[in-house]
Amino acid sequence: MKKRGWGSVALNAPYTVWSVIFIVVPLFIVGYYAFTDKNGAFTFANIIELKEYGDIFVTSVWYSVLATVICLLISYPFAYFLSRQSEQSRRLQMMLVMLPMWMNLLIRTYSWMNILEKNGIINNLLAGIGLEPIKMIGTPGAVIFGMVYNYLPYMILPIYTVMSKIEPSLLEAAEDLGCNGFNKMRRVIMPLSLPGVISGITMVFVPSVSTFYISQKLGDGKIMLVGDAIERQMQAAYNYNLGASISLVLMIMIIISMAVMNKFSDEEGGLVI
Amino acid sequence: MKRYTAILLALLMIVSMFTFASCGSANDTVENLEATYSQEYAGTTLNVFNWGEYISDGSEGSLDVNKAFENATGIKVNYSNYDSNEAMYAKMKSEAVSYDVVIPSDYMIERLINENMLQKIDMSKITNYKNISDEYKGLYFDENDEYSVPYSVGMVGLIYNTTMVDGTPDSWSIMWDGKYKDNILTFNNPRDAFAISQFLLGIDLNTTDKADWDKAADKLKEQNKVLQGKVMDQVFNKMQGGNAAIAPYYAGDFLTMQSINEDLAFVYPKEGTNIFVDSACIPANAKNYEAALMYINFLLEPEVALANAEYICYATPNMAVLNNEEYSLKDSEVLYPAEENKPKTQYFHDLDADIRSYYEKLWEDILRES
Repeated sequence: MKKRGWGSVALNAPYTVWSVIFIVVPLFIVGYYAFTDKNGAFTFANIIELKEYGDIFVTSVWYSVLATVICLLISYPFAYFLSRQSEQSRRLQMMLVMLPMWMNLLIRTYSWMNILEKNGIINNLLAGIGLEPIKMIGTPGAVIFGMVYNYLPYMILPIYTVMSKIEPSLLEAAEDLGCNGFNKMRRVIMPLSLPGVISGITMVFVPSVSTFYISQKLGDGKIMLVGDAIERQMQAAYNYNLGASISLVLMIMIIISMAVMNKFSDEEGGLVI
Repeated sequence: MKRYTAILLALLMIVSMFTFASCGSANDTVENLEATYSQEYAGTTLNVFNWGEYISDGSEGSLDVNKAFENATGIKVNYSNYDSNEAMYAKMKSEAVSYDVVIPSDYMIERLINENMLQKIDMSKITNYKNISDEYKGLYFDENDEYSVPYSVGMVGLIYNTTMVDGTPDSWSIMWDGKYKDNILTFNNPRDAFAISQFLLGIDLNTTDKADWDKAADKLKEQNKVLQGKVMDQVFNKMQGGNAAIAPYYAGDFLTMQSINEDLAFVYPKEGTNIFVDSACIPANAKNYEAALMYINFLLEPEVALANAEYICYATPNMAVLNNEEYSLKDSEVLYPAEENKPKTQYFHDLDADIRSYYEKLWEDILRES
């Protein structure tokens, strides 16, 4: 390891202090609560109790995986075509992608409640053209849609960034060497864009799997995800210990899935995110 | 093209400036009151912790109570919100912050007193306490009126959409009626949701018998089949927009909903209902006790209490408001039902930790089955 001078230590200090206070210390607090009971005595009871939350973990992961896959399917071709367009058109379209993020997530989700409601905007339109109303709000579909809508930009951005760095000369070379469209995609573009895909997947999956607001508002209080379970324990049931143990397991799951993703991208010769 | 966009944006900005300007006209001083409040604690800060949307805040030309208090006393009000008694309790318990005034409900005040988290209020300083109706003095959670000063009162009732419901419902049982499947809402918090099933089954709201809680939980699981959802503040959207036919909610909020959707009606079911009183209290670890007393007294000033009663739309325990001709909700049957129409009511009491975690567990099962 290279020895670092005092200058770089000093420059790193602000963030180091920040991360110790706001990331490392809280992690230890979560760990402490997860393994203690109400009186502060060491116990595994909270972890054992988690077996009752198995189904909730499965639902959350499943919904988030679906949301992530949908985001990827939408974003990948979009990012590719966007990266091949003129500077001006790219700038405009990127702004449109980012535009919803100028508004707070809570407000965006609240607005979707009105759109997806029984007598909401969509059903009113359907009624206007003589179609039967569709039940949207309160269904898993609405919750997954909420995740896709809110986190889509996090998928588009990293993929677009790597795509726009792919040298056009590489694609020309592939064509010169006899690649057809499909092979060009499979052998050149996909491997080169993989790091962006990996970081996009992480950035969509992680907030989706831990969300609680989207499921509450678009699920009509009928769909309970891990985030809701944690929020309930912390706020309403006032059981920090159980809440912390659910959080801890969720974090470990996320870390494992990120490690797997990173390993995957390593093997393909991509960058570590 | 670009030029048109610029013009459009400029127009938008001008329009939005006017919209904001119209809100700025709210009055934030109460004449005559300035003289009666001392500036002794000017420059100090008062931390107030209250329910969201639970104080007149100057919007739509109403009185900005906190601003008026600041003007009268020179004390800076640091105001923050919570959305449930339990969230407030968690925050107080964490001791990360100390509040000078909190406004929890009855059963939570009982718990706070039992856990020594409140301090006595020096009633000699609350000169406006005389405005409080006798009906709300000596309540079960503070029999000697030492720890709390009533702020706002309410009852839960049944809200229904007259275009979607046949006849006039008079019982909580309609919330189990298969005819209104997918059009029924209930509370998304255990205590309020259980209360409805308890009233229907004739079980005391504060029962410590676990078998009673099991029975009420079974009833709620049965209800899951006909429910559209479990909601809290989304109920406004749902009922105002005609997205659901039946929902239990707080009487004062019904008035807000009805002002937007005239098809809504309200009834106190015959089995009885939950009544609550939210009262101002001073936490044991308050840092600005004297200013807290001034603030609580200020809330009881006739003009201030009137502004709050008009803004919140809940019933007020303040006689000076009730006797004021200008009070627009004075004759509301919903807030102040005539003696012969008064529903049977029950307060929530604080339950011990064992029962609490028992019903929380039952509630989680109910949530999962829905």
